[in-house]
Amino acid sequence: MKKIFPDAKTALEGLVFDGMTVMSGGFGLCGIAENLITALRDTGVADLTVVSNNAGIDDFGLGFLLQTRQIKKMISSYVGENKEFERQYLAGELELEFNPQGTLAERCRAGGAGIPGFYTKTGVGTVIAEGKEHKDFGGETYILETGLIADLSIVKAWKGDEQGNLVYRKTARNFNPVMASAGKVTVAEVEEIVPLGSLNPDGIHTPGIYVQRIIQGEHEKRIEQRTVRERQSA
Amino acid sequence: MAWDRNQMAARAALELKDGFYVNLGIGIPTLVANHIDENIDVTLQSENGMLGMGPFPYNDEVDADLINAGKQTITELRRTSYFSSAESFAMIRGGHIDLSVLGAMEVSEKGDLANWMIPGKMVKGMGGAMDLVAGVKRVVVVMDHASKSGAPKLLHECSLPLTGRAVVDMVITNLGVFEIETGKGMTLTELASGVCVDDVKGLTQADFDVAVTS
Repeated sequence: MKKIFPDAKTALEGLVFDGMTVMSGGFGLCGIAENLITALRDTGVADLTVVSNNAGIDDFGLGFLLQTRQIKKMISSYVGENKEFERQYLAGELELEFNPQGTLAERCRAGGAGIPGFYTKTGVGTVIAEGKEHKDFGGETYILETGLIADLSIVKAWKGDEQGNLVYRKTARNFNPVMASAGKVTVAEVEEIVPLGSLNPDGIHTPGIYVQRIIQGEHEKRIEQRTVRERQSA
Repeated sequence: MAWDRNQMAARAALELKDGFYVNLGIGIPTLVANHIDENIDVTLQSENGMLGMGPFPYNDEVDADLINAGKQTITELRRTSYFSSAESFAMIRGGHIDLSVLGAMEVSEKGDLANWMIPGKMVKGMGGAMDLVAGVKRVVVVMDHASKSGAPKLLHECSLPLTGRAVVDMVITNLGVFEIETGKGMTLTELASGVCVDDVKGLTQADFDVAVTS
């Protein structure tokens, strides 16, 4: 089975349907699947539930899918950088489920590992715990959280090969590996598809079993907060 | 009179000990990194997937793939390691991080923390804050003692949705330092320069003992 596709549009063919759940990797704008997000918008698919730590900004990343109202519900930990998101939510046009960031990551990890639920201390005594099973272990109280799986995961890596083995770069790894494992189908976009055998087998972050389709894309890699220091003159 | 942002950050930096792994929140907590004693060895964790966070880059070093949890561009150090979000929060939730310094909107005398939501007004989310307060060994809050209009932020009970219950160990404000012990309550242990106990009492709703040594 050939995993390499020529572009983002063809890589999504036959995979999208209205009402589906999509996991989208990245933290802020770092390590997001820029090409696949645009291609997903262009399919016109509607009523999406999107699992993503953040919601992009108004004019980049998942912000594109908010502009076109293709998202029905977001499952996220922090959405503070997107005014259109806030407007749609406060107007009741968008559903939102906040998950603590670690709970969100673990829900994806668990889902991909076939673990339907796990107990955590995070959120005990807060609104997050309301309606969830509580259980004591060793004198401490924990709540039950469930694993998450997606109909489609779109992830971004630095390098990949024809088997779908992926290597991420620096903090652009973030949610991508756990979301890659939790997709019923996972499509990866990389900066460079490299020849088989050129990735160090000991250094592969996402083994190819989790990746069904892969494309090479162009990446703008927009920076949200460009912070620098001055060189001190000698 | 009273501490400014940098003085509050400098006071918080005294809570960092040799060998500590530390997570710094956004805002004043980020400034703590500028005040770490040169004679101690501290590793900063960034919850988006990095241990060993370095300073802001020079202009020609900026890398879009290298940011901190506040989405600011940063640099790596020789000790740096990168990992996934799940691994990052395994460190946090597994109790491997020694200290977290966080901002707050309200803290109660029992150590409850509210710092993520104002119903009907602010829709941002908790990010990693609930995981940090649940899992990190010691939680230090740095915040202004009162709101801009003078309303107390140290309260009997928080009015805003909680980030965690009985999770704060120390509060550093522009007026002084409080320690919070579960079951014992809040104690004022230090005063900022030029501040007296009555100044603090006038801007505090929470009950607290006074044990100022100096």
